[in-house]
Amino acid sequence: MAEDAILGFLEKNEKIADSGKFASNIGIDHNEIVNVIKSLHGFRLVDAEDIKREKWVLTDEGKSYTVAGSPEVQLFLAVPPEGISREELQKKVDPSVYKIGCSQAIKNKWLEMGKAQVSRKVQQVEDQVKDLLLRIQDGEAVDQGDIDALKKRKLIALQTWKSYSLTKGPNYAPKRKKVATDLTREHLQRGDWKDLEFKEYNFSAKGQPAEGGHLHPLLKVRKQLQMIFLQMGFEEMPTNNFVESSFWNFDALFQPQQHPARDSHDTFFLQVPSTTKKLPEDYVERVKRVHESGGYGSRGYGYDWKREEANKNLLRTHTTAVSSRMLYLLAQKPFAPKKYFSIDRVFRNEAVDRTHLAEFHQIEGLVCDRGLTLGDLIGVLHDFFSRLGMSKLRFKPAYNPYTEPSMEIFSYHEGFKKWVEIGNSGMFRPEMLLPMGLPEDVRVIAWGLSLERPTMILYGIDNIRDLFGHKVDLSLIKRNPICRLGVD
Amino acid sequence: MPTVSVGRDRLFAALGKNYTQEEFEELCFDFGIELDDVTTEKAIIRKEKHLEEETEEDEEVIYKIEVPANRYDLLCLEGLVQALRIFIGIDEIPKYTVSNIPSESMLKMHVKPETSLIRPFIVCAVLRGITFDEVRYNSFIDLQDRLHQNICRRRTLVAIGTHDLDTIQAPFTYEALPPYEINFVPLKQVKSFRADQLMEFYKSDLKLKKFLHIIESSPVFPVIYDCNRTVLSLPPIINGAHSAISLKTKNVFIECTATDLTKAKIVLNTMVTMFSVYCERKFHVEPVEVVYSDGKSSVYPDLSVFSLEVPLSYITGSIGASLEASQVSSLLNKMQLRAEKSVSRDGNSIVVSVPPTRSDVLHACDVMEDVAIAYGFNKIPKTKPASLKPIALNQISDLLRLEIAMNGFTEVLTWILCSYKENFSMLNRKDDKSTAVIIGNPRSSDFEIVRTSLMPGILKTVGHNKDHPKPIKIFEVGDVAVLDEAKDVGAKNQRHLAALYCGANSGFELIHCLVDRIMEVVGTPFVPIGDNSGYYIKRSDEPEFLLGRQANIIFRGNHIGTFGIVNPEVLIIFDIPDPCSFVELNIESLWS
Repeated sequence: MAEDAILGFLEKNEKIADSGKFASNIGIDHNEIVNVIKSLHGFRLVDAEDIKREKWVLTDEGKSYTVAGSPEVQLFLAVPPEGISREELQKKVDPSVYKIGCSQAIKNKWLEMGKAQVSRKVQQVEDQVKDLLLRIQDGEAVDQGDIDALKKRKLIALQTWKSYSLTKGPNYAPKRKKVATDLTREHLQRGDWKDLEFKEYNFSAKGQPAEGGHLHPLLKVRKQLQMIFLQMGFEEMPTNNFVESSFWNFDALFQPQQHPARDSHDTFFLQVPSTTKKLPEDYVERVKRVHESGGYGSRGYGYDWKREEANKNLLRTHTTAVSSRMLYLLAQKPFAPKKYFSIDRVFRNEAVDRTHLAEFHQIEGLVCDRGLTLGDLIGVLHDFFSRLGMSKLRFKPAYNPYTEPSMEIFSYHEGFKKWVEIGNSGMFRPEMLLPMGLPEDVRVIAWGLSLERPTMILYGIDNIRDLFGHKVDLSLIKRNPICRLGVD
Repeated sequence: MPTVSVGRDRLFAALGKNYTQEEFEELCFDFGIELDDVTTEKAIIRKEKHLEEETEEDEEVIYKIEVPANRYDLLCLEGLVQALRIFIGIDEIPKYTVSNIPSESMLKMHVKPETSLIRPFIVCAVLRGITFDEVRYNSFIDLQDRLHQNICRRRTLVAIGTHDLDTIQAPFTYEALPPYEINFVPLKQVKSFRADQLMEFYKSDLKLKKFLHIIESSPVFPVIYDCNRTVLSLPPIINGAHSAISLKTKNVFIECTATDLTKAKIVLNTMVTMFSVYCERKFHVEPVEVVYSDGKSSVYPDLSVFSLEVPLSYITGSIGASLEASQVSSLLNKMQLRAEKSVSRDGNSIVVSVPPTRSDVLHACDVMEDVAIAYGFNKIPKTKPASLKPIALNQISDLLRLEIAMNGFTEVLTWILCSYKENFSMLNRKDDKSTAVIIGNPRSSDFEIVRTSLMPGILKTVGHNKDHPKPIKIFEVGDVAVLDEAKDVGAKNQRHLAALYCGANSGFELIHCLVDRIMEVVGTPFVPIGDNSGYYIKRSDEPEFLLGRQANIIFRGNHIGTFGIVNPEVLIIFDIPDPCSFVELNIESLWS
């Protein structure tokens, strides 16, 4: 109806100057006309140009004064020529009328507001405000000064009115052809798809959201790291044991019982199950001796090693606890070289912040073979990290109770333009390996890093809690790209 | 690979033992041949003529045996029997002898220079005092056919002609003449043909027409005459009828014409070695001198042995079994290779004499292979190269994760530590003190306990994602820890899988469907309640779920998990305004 009117009018006329006037001329609501204009414009049947018009209209308050008169006049009229007490006056008028009326009447010097008595200062007043409001309502022009005053009193407000001027568009036709939004089975069955004209598709908007499932970004990175280890010939260690004894977590690694890492500030000790019941006794004896008095060429730490301390259960603080079990098992068989890796959860009783959690994933790699050198360690680290896209490495001497030498691994970050620490590495101490029963010429080189840190760098996440845990935004998981570590 | 058909009973008689089919298959397997099919003569004919299947009791059983393509000596019953009898240790290796005949009384074959235009080579030999019977005779013909099919490349390289020597008279000539000058009565015909007309005649002969192309377009045809101009053969097409052999033939003249001399010698050697077993003087062959027009001549067959010295270390090093030289020698003897130990500066060697029957032996590696076969491939001690073993639990977890994600669920990764309340009272559960690992020194209430279920982490995730568009479909595969007296530390991990649906309705059926899908991908059938061969679903009464909309998952008789609509009281505690359905199961028992 509205569409026919517009297209029909334009067929005979050059232009519709103002859609607002056009709407009232043909007696159709302007909103309806506007919707049709938008659609016709979208298909370029008409060209539409915005016309912005502004008009002062009365607010609800203003409208009420056109009937009852302005509050100052109402108040003035309520004051008899002989005057009236404040209490009486307040009773006679509405509280808002009293309040606004007072201030305006004083301003206009119409009334004398004494402490108790109110009296007229002039005998007669004109309700100019009401007159002005009526004139604005009728669309008559008023002085800018009056407008400002009324606007200040919030009796009028500016209403913007949008309409359009219309001319024929490039696709103008007196009657619009019906356009399709999609190809349907009916089109194919009827065969009329050849004549279809498609509605212009909006390619500047994205398509519909997908409904599929998604894998977690951290585990996508884990998968790629597993691939890298497998490609390098490393075998995965079974790490599905969170509960560990202090023995395997610390003592077997030649970590003295007074070491600060064994403090309850750093480690979760367990109430249930509190202690370990079974340990390989002959090996425990050798570990005790190497801690207390050394052997295997070592002086030992020279302290009283306590079995109760070794029995204490904890949540493993590193996956090296698993490595120590695996190396011990390896030592119980005729020696064969091994390359092991693991990626799994470890626990630290630490304060949680943007970069630290009480639990995170540790990546660990180790090579156990005869005659390994520090050069082998540096070589394998270069191989591993270059597969992660970090080919510029350097190594800083560091301290670790169970490795000697110990090296912190630094990589040059091209984005940050600086060297960043990316992991720890070293050669396991003979005091750790020999009590297990490994042959003397067997050395173990190992390294470790967290899974979270490279992932955060990779995905540009600066708060670890945005990556891992229940507060993670599900949309973030869904938006995540595939992990191409080790691929390019 | 070529197949040889032999009568079973005759084969077993020759082997001196009645094998069961299984026993014989074992023997074939060890030796490196294969019993391909068991049939009967009549069945073969029926099959060719597409007749109905019918079995008659008295039909002779035929074994079709597949032999290696380079073992021409195994293409007939005689060769097979000989090889197997030696392999199982009944017979010694035969020694083939070329009869010592003075040059002047030796049969001669004169070669005319024109033959070089079409088929330049000929080699000949004589089997004296042979005794045929029907079976031997058929085998003799069959061997020629098989050699023609295999090494002779359908007669293009070599063609064999066999003749009753007593019907013809030496010296013979091998000539190449224009077709119209050749006239003779061909085998199985009664009238004489001119060679060019004969070619025309054979165009309708199913068997022979495929050989015509070999000489058809040549201006001269090869032909062999005796001294009376009797045509012996028109190679490689047909022999003359005059010299045809029969069951009564005593002396056989064999000629092989060829375009490849080496193959011609192998073919001739194969024919004479296989059938000299039926000669009066077993394994003796009478030579024939082939004389060329330029005066050069050669005596055939060449039955000399080829000698090869193979270091013992090469043999044992390649096989990976430690064997003594004497052991290797006796193993090689089983494979018809005469072998002797020889000691040189470099250590032990084996000197191997390769008989004319074993033209397949080219290199020491062929000798090494025969040692390995005779020793038994399946007795060789295994040495495995280093390799990696995956952790099944992790592999299967990853495969399941992919499946769940493919079902439209989004993976979450939540913390293993949680508060005591979250693990128990907030889920409406009571702690029976028998499951949970409890931390002694938690820094905050967030780390009081190791989760025994994935449920609190999942519900917390939903609670923190209230603004996420519905439905929310999330899952997690991860470890929980439970107390276990059997473990050294008193606790163990358990791999769980949990999934949740949250939306305008509970999605209970969707979660039920996911359970079915998980069981489907692990290959477990849905069975009636009480049946322990698959999985079934049984109503349950767990406090964290809504009564009447919850069930246990029973997998091969074990309760491995539960699913249901989450109890609305629990939802309120976790600040979740929308209905949820949840499933959790222990996936460690899903494979074993």
